[in-house]
Parts: sequence; structure tokens; C-alpha cells
Amino acid sequence: MKPRNRRFAWIVAGLCLLGVASALVLSAFRSNLVFFFTPSQIAAHEAPQGRPFRVGGMVESGSLAREPNSLTVRFRVTDTAQTIPVSYTGLLPDLFKEGKGVVAQGTLGLDGVFHASEVLAKHDENYMPPQAKDAIDTARKGMTMKSLHQETKAER
Amino acid sequence: MIPELGHFALILALLTSLVQGTLPMLGAAMREPRLMALARPAARAQFLLVALAFGCLAWSFVANDFSVQNVASNSNSELPLHYRVAATWGSHEGSLLLWTLMLGGWTFAVTLFSRNLPAPMLARVISVMGLVSAGFLLFLLFTSNPFERLVPAAAEGRDLNPLLQDPGMVFHPPLLYMGYVGFSVAFSFAIAALLGGRLDATWARWSRPWTTVAWSFLTVGIALGSAWAYYTLGWGGWWFWDPVENASFMPWLTGTALIHSLAVTEKRGAFKSWTVLLAIVAFSLSLLGTFLVRSGVLTSVHAFATDPARGVFILIFLAIVIGGSLALFAYRAGKVGLGGSFDLISRESMLLANNILLIVALASVLLGTLYPLFLDALNLGKISVGPPYFDTVFYPLMAPAAFLMGVGPLARWTRAPLPDLATRLRWALGVALATALVAPFLLGRWSLLVAFGLFLAFWIFASTIVNLRQRLSASPRSGLLAKLRANSPSYYGMVLAHLGVGVFIVGVTLVKGYEVEKDVRLDVGESVALGGYDFKFAGVTPHPGPNYRALTGSVEVRKDGRLIETLAPEKRIYNASGQAMTIAAIDSGFFGDRYVSLGEPVSADASTFDGPWGIRIYLKPFVDWIWIGAFLMALGGFLAVSDRRYRLALKTRAARLFGGTAHAGAD
Repeated sequence: MKPRNRRFAWIVAGLCLLGVASALVLSAFRSNLVFFFTPSQIAAHEAPQGRPFRVGGMVESGSLAREPNSLTVRFRVTDTAQTIPVSYTGLLPDLFKEGKGVVAQGTLGLDGVFHASEVLAKHDENYMPPQAKDAIDTARKGMTMKSLHQETKAER
Repeated sequence: MIPELGHFALILALLTSLVQGTLPMLGAAMREPRLMALARPAARAQFLLVALAFGCLAWSFVANDFSVQNVASNSNSELPLHYRVAATWGSHEGSLLLWTLMLGGWTFAVTLFSRNLPAPMLARVISVMGLVSAGFLLFLLFTSNPFERLVPAAAEGRDLNPLLQDPGMVFHPPLLYMGYVGFSVAFSFAIAALLGGRLDATWARWSRPWTTVAWSFLTVGIALGSAWAYYTLGWGGWWFWDPVENASFMPWLTGTALIHSLAVTEKRGAFKSWTVLLAIVAFSLSLLGTFLVRSGVLTSVHAFATDPARGVFILIFLAIVIGGSLALFAYRAGKVGLGGSFDLISRESMLLANNILLIVALASVLLGTLYPLFLDALNLGKISVGPPYFDTVFYPLMAPAAFLMGVGPLARWTRAPLPDLATRLRWALGVALATALVAPFLLGRWSLLVAFGLFLAFWIFASTIVNLRQRLSASPRSGLLAKLRANSPSYYGMVLAHLGVGVFIVGVTLVKGYEVEKDVRLDVGESVALGGYDFKFAGVTPHPGPNYRALTGSVEVRKDGRLIETLAPEKRIYNASGQAMTIAAIDSGFFGDRYVSLGEPVSADASTFDGPWGIRIYLKPFVDWIWIGAFLMALGGFLAVSDRRYRLALKTRAARLFGGTAHAGAD
């Protein structure tokens, strides 16, 4: 092969590879993004039905209840303004506690209960997951922040 | 007194590093030997000062000096001695000090082992490292002083995060940082070469062993971290694609590309610009990783610091280092040249393809790690990118790279005829295909993913053996030992590392394909059957620990009614923090692990732990092969560095040292 053809072949091969890789990455990316919503946003029907997302806030004190003879637990997540009931089957992480921050991933059922497939409490005693903290801060700031959020959503 | 001494040593180290970072560089530019000669003593003094500061901090931890803020927040008088030492790097401040110490150590090593470098080159290398060091010392002194006093002193420390009270904490961070920071040597060599405008095979030969050693340390560090997460987090995963893990994995991917690209530059003089760029990128990603972990921008176990001042400092530092070096690269790359030409099918082209695949994989990991942060920073909503994304993108990109690993080492430089390659690899292909088709049946259930993974692994094994055999039979010497000796350690290092990748792939494939995970609710005396075993829960008993209270469970494992073993998973509550911690009980074996961990008591009456518990039971076939594979890779790296080629350089160095007293006197 002449050097010029060779270089051309290289460029074509490189572009093909890059194309395949980008297609792969972007499709995987789109289908695996998990959005985050606060209990207030869920109460305002901003969260999708059926599609998995994350909710964060504090585990409401006194809300944790166990179903007999199974590993199912029910608790409520609050951002101090709104709460959402959550049900989860499985073992809770060590750092899960009433009154502490939590982030759960799952889907919102038609009954308004959030069915968690995963409960994340990856933080220590003094450290609040940023997402949970943000949910609470946002709720405390009240309406001004909420309208701001809706604006940014509309822009998207 | 001791903490003040440490603080003072840090300030002196900063001043020394400023001298080290400027004067020798200036000397190299002005061809002034006296200024260049400052490089070595300045670097050594700086290292000793940082080591002194580190020693002072460690002493404060060992002596339980709770008048030091850092000690009061991260240690406790009940903490066992080895964890008090490890707590030195358990905090944000301490781990940055460890970073700086490592950087000083690598610079010190450069002053020891680079006596045959031309003086201007050495002066520039050490200067660049000095500037990086100065950046970190400034950061430490102005935003994260590890010696900050607490007035009044605390009576007791708040304890090291229980998650970190593990042997993993003693070894994982230092080894990881050895790797991370080690790339600074390759980076400094690249910058020095760009500044001097001289980039050739000699340059590649100098930076190659440094890069390989750093890469090997990084490999061990990451593997240890992965093993630690596996047994300590209580959910049995070995890789979570957590941003903190990605932060260490991205420099690794680039480093892997770099050691391969350096090989081409050294042997064939090709890929010069590319190699320089990789060296810059590898270290930039190390810095980026430090930024991600240390600025507190992540939602993750490791991010214990949240202070915007720090984040802004690191961002500016990153911008200067990365922007500056890339600008220098853009300005100088034209002078460097591309180097020799080669055919479409040759060892060069395969190594280039391997490099491209690794870099594309790196880009995809970078995207998945940074995109959520960007969205968050721009207030466009909060998202997370989960493991499924990384799995779907990463494995398809790495599969062709693994396939090339079989072909590349057999291909000739410059031009490798395809029919010849095919004939030589027939046998390997047959073995790999046969294994892929048959082995999954023997393991229980045939699946395409398992077959494909095993194909790649056995393709690597078989082609490596083919390569080894041909190398040995090509040697003119007689006798196996003589034939073995005819090949260089760097060749065997490559073979070992590639076999390690194969072992790693076997582990990943079989764990993904055949693992069994079950969360169950078990009453005392109740049992559950899983994967041919019977797990019977015999209750929990309290056990006191040095600085925690533990509940130790007892799970009897039976096969065909015969008791094999009793596993003892633990639940600990740490005294100082009240934090709970799960210690899994794992029976590790060559063919897989049995993994049991305690959840929590699930009886209606919350006050008792004698009732039923939630228990996690996993069977993880061949999971240890993942880490064995990684250790083989690292071992291969260390073996490669022991090559005579590099030792020859040492010998001439020694000859010069003893012959040239004038030179030694100038030190």
C-alpha cells in the first residue's frame, strides 16, 4: 500500500471505531441516566410514573415499620415540606437510620408508594448525602426555589 | 511542640520546593551549571522536610494528641496502634500530606537513579516535580493544614470512620498514591523533553521503567481497594463504578496505554507525540482524581471533605497544570515529530489500536463520571449514571483490546503478513473456541456471555503460550534453562502481565455468569438451600472488641447433610461514633467464595437480637481470580523493570559515579 492510501485506511478505520464507540456510549448513556427528585417534586407530580428515579431526604422519625415474616420494610422519606411512603424488600445498609439522610432508587407506583429497588446510605454519622441535603434545603427555601426549579425544567 | 515542628517543616518544604521548581529550570535555560546543580540537593532537602512533617503528624496520632484538630476528629484513644498510624492518612489533610510525601519520595528516587541523565534534562525534570510539589504544599498550608490546633484540646477523639478501620486502610492508600503520584515522573520527563526540544528513544528508555513501576503500584492499589470493598461493605461487589473508583481507574487506563506506547517509542521511535500526550494526560487524570475525591464534589463514601475553598484551589491548580502542559505540547509537538512508519498490519498498528481502544474507554468512563457533576453545577437537575451504563460501554470496548493482546505480541514490527499470523495462531484459536463451547456446560449452564468471556481469556492464555514456545524454539541455545535465559525479564514481565489479564477475565466472567445472591430472613435454627449448599442460622452471640461491641452470628454450611464449616459474620457497633459496621464471613477458595453477612434483627420486637435476622448469602465462583489476575499484572510490571537493559544503564551510572569524583563532588 502507498503511504497515502495507508494513512487514508487508518483514518477510515479510526473514524469507524469512533462512530461505533460514540453510538454505543450515547445509547447506553440515554437509557441509564437516573434522575433525582425530592418529595416535594413528587408531590407536585413532576416525577415520572413507571421509570426508575431516585428520591432523597430524611427518613421520617417513627415511620419505619417491618412486615411480619418477610424482609419488607416501609418508611417515609421527608424533605420537611412533603413526605413520600417508600417500601423496600431486602437488607437495609448499616447507615440507614430514622432521622438520617437517605437516597433510594426505584419506581413510583400508581398507589403513590415509592417501590425502592435499592436503598443507599453511603455516608457516615455526620455526613448527609448531598442529594438528600439538597432536597431538604430546597424545601426549606420554599416556593421561590420551587418556581426556579420549574423554570429550569421548562428550559430543558 | 511536635505539631508546630511539623508545621514549620512544611513551611520550609514549601520554600525549598519553590527553589527546586525555579532555579534549576532557569539554569537549564541559561546553561548555568551551578543553578542546575541545585536540583538534586533541593529535591532531597524537600523530601526530608516533608518526611519530617509526616513523621510529626504520625507521632501526634500515635501519642493521641487531641489538641490537634486533625487527630481529635479522626482518632480515638481506644483505636489500636496500627489504625492510629493509618489514621494519619485517614483524613483529608493527612491524605494530602501522604500525596506530597509520595511526590517527594519519587523525586528523591529520581535524584538517586538518574545519574546518567544530561544535567539540563535532570534539572528540568526535578524542577517540574518541584513545582507540582509547591502546588500541593501551598494547598496544604493555606486550606488544609494538618497541624491545626484545637483550643481547648478535646478530651477524647471522635474516632476514625469505622469503614476505614481495616487492614485495607493500612495498605490501600499508600500503594494507590504510589501509583497515582508515580505518573508525575513520566509527566515531568515529558515536560522536560518538550522544554528541551529533545524527544527520542533515549527519552522513552528513561521514562519507561518509572512509568511501569508507577503503573504496577497503581494496579496493586486498585486491586486492594476492590478486595477491601468486597469484604467490608457487606454487599459482596468488587467494583461499583463509583466516581471515586473511576478516579483511580482513569489514570490506570491511560497508564496502560502509556506503557504500551512507550514501548513503541523506545523500540521503533514511533508515536512520539502521542506518547508525550499520554504522559501528560495520565498525570492530569491523577490530579483530576485527587480533585474529585478531595474537593467533596461527589456523593460517595470517600468524600469526607466539603469545603468550597479547597475545590476552587484544586480547580485553579488543575487548570494551570493541565492547561499549561497542553499548551506547551501544542507549541512544541510539531518539533517532536511522529517517528517511523509502519504497515496496516504490524505490531505498531496493533499497539496503536490498543491505545485507541483504551483511550475511548477512558473517555466513556470520564463522561459517565463528570456528566452528572456538570449538570449539577449548572443547576440542570440531579442525575446519576449507574453501573449498567459502564457495563454496556466498557466491556464491548475492552473485548477487541483483549483479542489484540493475543495477536500483538506475535506480530512483527513494521510489517506482519496476515497469513503468517493466522498459521501461527491456528492452534490458539482452536483451544480458545473449544474452551468457550465446552467449559460453560461443565460449569452448569451455557450462556453466550460466559462463552465469550472464556474465549477471550483462553485466547490470551493460548496465544501467549504459543508466543513463548516460538520464542524458546527460536533461540539457538540448547537446553531449556539456557533457552529461558535467552529472553529478557521485560519479555517475561509482558507474558506474566498478559496472563494476569486472562486470569482476571476468567474471574470477571464466571462471577458475572454464575454468582448466586440471596437476601433471606432466617429464624434461629432455620436454614436455606442455595447452590447445592445448606445454610443454617444458629443465632448470634455478643463479643466485645477493642473499641467496639460485636454481635457474632453463626451460620453452619452443609453439603449433602455433612457439615463443611461454620461461618461467623459480625455486626459491630463502634463505641466512639455509635456507627454500625458489617463484617462479612467469607470462605475463600480457588474455585470461589461462600459469603455470608448479617443484615439486622427483623423481629417485631426491636429490643432483642435473639429473633430472626436478615441475612445475605452469596456464592461467588472464581471471584478471587479477579485480584489474582491484577496481582499478576503488577508482578509482570515489576519483573519487566528488572530488565538488564535498565540495569546496564545503572552500571554505567555507577562507573561514572566512581570514575568521576569531580561530578560527585559537585553534589
